[in-house]
Amino acid sequence: MIRIDLPVAEEPIRKLKVGDEVGVYGVMITARDAAHKYLVEEDGAEVREVLQGGMIYHCGPVVRQSDAGWQFVAAGPTTSKREEPYEAEVIAQYGVRAVIGKGGMGERTLAACKEHGAVYLHAIGGLAVILARSVRKVREVHKLDEFGAPEAMWVIEVENFPAIVTMDSHGNSLHAEVLKNSTERAQKLLAQW
Amino acid sequence: METQKLDEWLLELIRLTSCELAPDVERALCAARDAEQGRARSTLDWMLRNAQEARESSMPICQDTGSLIFYIDHGPDLDQEQMTQSFLRAVIKATERSLLRPNAVDPVSGKNTGNNLGVGAPVLHFHPGLAAGKLSVRLMLKGGGSENCGVQYALPDGSLQAGRDLNGVKRCVLDAALRAQGFGCAPGTLGVGIGGDRMTSFQESKEQFFRPLDDVNTDPILAAMEKELLESINQLEIGPMGFGGQSTVLGVKMGLRHRVPASYFVSVSYMCWAYRRRCLQVENGQAVYL
Ligand code: SF4
Repeated sequence: MIRIDLPVAEEPIRKLKVGDEVGVYGVMITARDAAHKYLVEEDGAEVREVLQGGMIYHCGPVVRQSDAGWQFVAAGPTTSKREEPYEAEVIAQYGVRAVIGKGGMGERTLAACKEHGAVYLHAIGGLAVILARSVRKVREVHKLDEFGAPEAMWVIEVENFPAIVTMDSHGNSLHAEVLKNSTERAQKLLAQW
Repeated sequence: METQKLDEWLLELIRLTSCELAPDVERALCAARDAEQGRARSTLDWMLRNAQEARESSMPICQDTGSLIFYIDHGPDLDQEQMTQSFLRAVIKATERSLLRPNAVDPVSGKNTGNNLGVGAPVLHFHPGLAAGKLSVRLMLKGGGSENCGVQYALPDGSLQAGRDLNGVKRCVLDAALRAQGFGCAPGTLGVGIGGDRMTSFQESKEQFFRPLDDVNTDPILAAMEKELLESINQLEIGPMGFGGQSTVLGVKMGLRHRVPASYFVSVSYMCWAYRRRCLQVENGQAVYL
């Protein structure tokens, strides 16, 4: 397990290779469709500082509010592909070092990772309880009223948030590798049948 | 049967299904982990730890608590209309207690009803036929990510060289597993419906998920095919979450429906590793959960 503390510089991110297991510590934000559209089309001043050398988590959490403030109850990753039209711009404009989600992303994001020194981290789908517990504190939330709880930008402090590098900053994608290998294997089987 | 008791039993059935993996599923995940190495092993280990923490704290295993599918077998003493009201009350209460996420969205207005009730939601299948005083309720929570991995084929399928025979069926199932990669939160379980019409074929594929993972199909031909497909798919090296590895699926379960001569459908449904299904059985006023 490779430990990453946020904010992070380009060099340690460049060292990461596809298949590496990481544990993330520090402050990151959640963002889904509405937030990505906002970040690309508008200024995003309120999150610019935390995104510089920071990470974006594709997650629509189940949250609870008490006297002690907000708490993440369930917080597994959501499918990242929906953000493909925006992510390359977000990485370039805000200096984001990693995007966390599930299912991987496309060619444009992979190219942006290579150009700007960023990676795609795959969280484990369905890991709702563990990932919510790795969120030690909810610092603040932006656009809660406008976007609703699942789509709002939650600024969270995480501790040992587990994920796997599936797209690195050298143009490699574990998703592409697994797809290629499994397709070849399936074709071999089909040829025997 | 007292209404209040039924309400309580149904709420407990929903809690159990959402928060505690069935023992056969957990055993299969453990066996898969023990056979793996590296990141495939650690991924399965995280899943098992998540299942354990969910059970201990009575929290949903996954935040997508899916669509609710109930199968109800009951005796002549129970009224379906009255029972329906109990189911709706239990679903509302389970949503209020955060055992279920609000998951009923109107596709036209885009509005979420907020309580999991809606047109066709929850899904209730009633079957009278049990003796008086008996009730069996099976519940499955079917998550959206895994549901998106379902595919229906109409044979013959030229691109797969799949004809209207068992070889054709096998080709379809392998293709569905390949297309799914890890997107449905692998290791999954495949339910396969052979024959039927477009609707009943998919229904058969879903009903297969109520079978225990470690059972053997009573039809020897299907039993052999299930075994062969399980082994073949696990040779694709897609692995947990599609990270590579031997455990791509935990099981393949097949069932058939008679078809009309003109159609030959093969439907494949995908159930994610967070394979949530449980059963409530009532006899002589006593409830047992399986
Ligand atoms: S596919 Fe299953 S485990 Fe994955 S996010 Fe959906 S419900 Fe959860």
